[in-house]
Amino acid sequence: MASSSPFLSKIPISNKTISFTSSLSPLPSTFPFKSVRHHRRNALRVQSKIREIFMPALSSTMTEGKIVSWIKSEGDVLSKGESVVVVESDKADMDVETFYDGILAAIVVPEGETAPVGAPIGLLAETEDEIAEAKAKANSKTGSTGSEAVASTPPPATSAPAPAISQPAAAPAIPAVEGPRKIVATPYAKKLAKQHKVDINKVVGKGPFGRITPADVEAAAGITPSKPVAPKPTPVAAAAAAPSPPAKPAATPSAPPLPGSTVVPFTTMQAAVSKNMVDSLSVPTFRVGYPVTTDALDVLYEKVKPKGVTMTALLAKAAAMALVQHPVVNASCKDGKSFTYNSNVNIAVAVAINGGLITPVLQNADKLDLYLLSQKWKELVEKARAKQLQPHEYNSGTFTLSNLGMFGVDRFDAILPPGQGAIMAVGASKPTVVADADGFFCVKSKMLVNVTADHRTVYGADLAAFLQTFAKIVENPESLTL
Amino acid sequence: MQSSFSLSCSQATTVPRSNYTFDSLPFAPSKPINLRFCGLRREALGFSSLSRSHFRRGLQLHTPTRSKRISASLVDNGSPPKSFDYDLIIIGAGVGGHGAALHAVEKGLKTAIIEGDVVGGTCVNRGCVPSKALLAVSGRMRELQSEHHMKALGLQVSAAGYDRQGVADHANNLASKIRNNLTNSLKALGVDILTGVGTILGPQKVKYGKAGFPDNIVTAKDIIIATGSVPFVPKGVEVDGKTVITSDHALKLEFVPDWIVIVGSGYIGLEFSDVYTALGSEVTFVEALDQLMPGFDPEIGKLAQRVLINPRKIDYHTGVFASKITPAKDGKPVTIELIDAKTKEQKDTLEVDAALIATGRAPFTNGLGLENINVVTQRGFVPVDERMRVIDADGNLVPHLYCIGDANGKMMLAHAASAQGISVVEQITGRDHVLNHLSIPAACFTHPEISMVGLTEPQAREKGETEAFEVSVAKTSFKANTKALAENEGEGLAKLIYRPDTGEILGVHIFGLHAADLIHEASNAIALGTRIQDIKFAVHAHPTLSEVLDELFKSAKVEAHVSSQVSEPVAV
Repeated sequence: MASSSPFLSKIPISNKTISFTSSLSPLPSTFPFKSVRHHRRNALRVQSKIREIFMPALSSTMTEGKIVSWIKSEGDVLSKGESVVVVESDKADMDVETFYDGILAAIVVPEGETAPVGAPIGLLAETEDEIAEAKAKANSKTGSTGSEAVASTPPPATSAPAPAISQPAAAPAIPAVEGPRKIVATPYAKKLAKQHKVDINKVVGKGPFGRITPADVEAAAGITPSKPVAPKPTPVAAAAAAPSPPAKPAATPSAPPLPGSTVVPFTTMQAAVSKNMVDSLSVPTFRVGYPVTTDALDVLYEKVKPKGVTMTALLAKAAAMALVQHPVVNASCKDGKSFTYNSNVNIAVAVAINGGLITPVLQNADKLDLYLLSQKWKELVEKARAKQLQPHEYNSGTFTLSNLGMFGVDRFDAILPPGQGAIMAVGASKPTVVADADGFFCVKSKMLVNVTADHRTVYGADLAAFLQTFAKIVENPESLTL
Repeated sequence: MQSSFSLSCSQATTVPRSNYTFDSLPFAPSKPINLRFCGLRREALGFSSLSRSHFRRGLQLHTPTRSKRISASLVDNGSPPKSFDYDLIIIGAGVGGHGAALHAVEKGLKTAIIEGDVVGGTCVNRGCVPSKALLAVSGRMRELQSEHHMKALGLQVSAAGYDRQGVADHANNLASKIRNNLTNSLKALGVDILTGVGTILGPQKVKYGKAGFPDNIVTAKDIIIATGSVPFVPKGVEVDGKTVITSDHALKLEFVPDWIVIVGSGYIGLEFSDVYTALGSEVTFVEALDQLMPGFDPEIGKLAQRVLINPRKIDYHTGVFASKITPAKDGKPVTIELIDAKTKEQKDTLEVDAALIATGRAPFTNGLGLENINVVTQRGFVPVDERMRVIDADGNLVPHLYCIGDANGKMMLAHAASAQGISVVEQITGRDHVLNHLSIPAACFTHPEISMVGLTEPQAREKGETEAFEVSVAKTSFKANTKALAENEGEGLAKLIYRPDTGEILGVHIFGLHAADLIHEASNAIALGTRIQDIKFAVHAHPTLSEVLDELFKSAKVEAHVSSQVSEPVAV
């Protein structure tokens, strides 16, 4: 492959080791593939005087190489023997020289990217006139990356002076900032902006003192951070409607913010919530509500409260026991073609924590007794507050419980988190006048629960039957303490 | 008086005498050595002034009759004490003073060490030692955070985190442990530790004491100044110890800023950039010279920048001075005004969370009483000759007074100070010794590490030009080393600069995994004068990182043949 390259590594490569003893010696004068080269040269001359710069094979085992850095930039005049690009092979980094005089017209493979041996990484024009042609060629060669390469240097004589095809115009959306404010961006923010081709001048800094942080650039580039910015564990939240400040729906980028408004980028957790919420839209859900009398449960709660049992634990336990009898509600639809019956009953409970929402999971809630469950819950909440939940402690839920009753909410509607079959929204328990079968009035505490389920797996009758069981367990809660 | 004396004397004798001295030198003449010449000549003149009648004795400068010289100088020294409290007093209990004290005890000298602060000096308390603790943490963090690296090894690690206080405690505990070790070793050997600030009162006389207490005066036959250095803070920089800090504060790791400017990209700056970026900070370097990492071999610097700077959350401004740095206060960030290093024009203003001043270190020689013995410091450094003998304002040697370590500025490294101290003790116990500074290795403990010994390539080429010898360079890559690949740490380069005609090693530079541990094979070879053609036959265990150097020596093309016969083969 290297034989057809106009570049020649000046270093003799042995498979075993690379020594550079001769690195200061002149270019080897004998070229082993002379005839081949001439052939190629002639062929090229017929078409045009634009030469492709290939990824050279720097060792016998090399199949691809990474461009460490371009020593020359586009538009630089090169003379034979000059180092043009640094290529990293599987063995070492090496300067690669040009074998021809010319002008570096276009960089096809930018720094940091990898190309297979023999692939064109740049274009060499013989005269200035051919630069534009070479650029066009580079453009067609690489699609998006190519266009970037072209845009990065102002073409001296392009055929169509197209007004910069740059980023989807965010420019008008930027509120006029007070005066010619200096742009302050952190080192990583600048790097990210370059990497994602975001114009740093158009990013609004939300960091301390109005500086542009990596998160701002990521927000501008429309990506969720792949890694936590700080090396702290930031659990990715599964999501459900819960006592949390509702994450604003992602506004369409076209709507300009009102003057004076502030834009606060999502934290990692908020971004995860947002993603999950949008994903949930692909699931056909329906809702079934059910009133449950809680007098007996309240009595039990007063009894076990001193032992550290919380209402959350009681409800989780009740739901778990009901789920054991209705495994289809505990199932989920992973691929749109089948039921996945979960071997465990893991109750995820939505919790609001500082600016976010997370669902710690009570695993095997049907098997653990109420006291263990309560203890487990306490641990999970503490961990969640300290952001120390392990992934399996927040993403292994098979059924979610969300309770807004403590705020006086009487009923609400939860969004089904992707990957689960159903979520239960629990309202407040309130004294209600009821008439019994015999026509006698009495006052009972009633609580409305509303279950959202995936209709691909859970049908109306299934959910109704499940709720009936759940209501029975809550109304006769002795079994919860067993 | 002395100068007039020596002038009159020199007319007749300078030429033959200096020749004599010169011949006894183990050095070939070169540019830096010219300086040494001056020192030597001064020395010779100084001694000639002692007494004309002692002229013959002065000639025997490098013969074992040194004790005579000492007695001669004693007689001429006015009224020196007749008997001394100690044979040797060392002012400063840093690594240099400690090394000198240990060697002095071994040589049978009654030794005392004066320390005004804590035993261990900068290195142990505020330098190399605690920084290694932080770097040990940063290295592990870096590894655990590198998903790509972990995956390549088949490891799975979920979210690595750290506890700032825990990290800070580790550094602090390490420093106190090493400090105790040093203190105990001094005590166990019977070195007196005198607490207080030491001041030289006159020849062979030192006072020490704590503020508010009466001073004690002690005498010693010889005195070594080893007072070390403090972080250098340039003009216009306001250090508050919280948001604008020096390495002293940074090592306590009281907070990890989101964004920190590091002024200076030498060893200290580089190591801290490694620590801070591993702990999640973003870093901006401010470097006065046109290139980052001045002082490193340019090629190594280039590669190091590619690995240690470019892929990390670091950017930099070169060719600029930080003319004014204001700490964060009243809700405002730290501001740093940058001016062009050449034109002095205002260039930029940075607003960040913290600034670390790593612009080098300034000698700590104030209050040492140098004026009492007519010694004038140069930018704070105590002038010395190549034997660490202190030179006074008139260019004469001050008898019985030596200065080692950062305070003389020859090579501001802990182990260099210690080596200089040992060299001085050798001299005062009757064995002439000149330390070859070109054999002292240096290391920067980034991940991966950088290490070097001897000359850089440009230095070697310049020397080759002036002295008319050829310079060759050999290189090997860590990418070809089995052990490095097993660790998945193939990034790295070892570079050998040598004379192809003689096989002399001029310099070795390593950038790569455990480079700091690998350099000693080369530094020992330089110190012992081992030639490449000999050392290339030395065997290295396989597979080890040391084979990088093995390959390096083997790849060198030396014209000279094996100089010394390899020892007789022994049948086993």
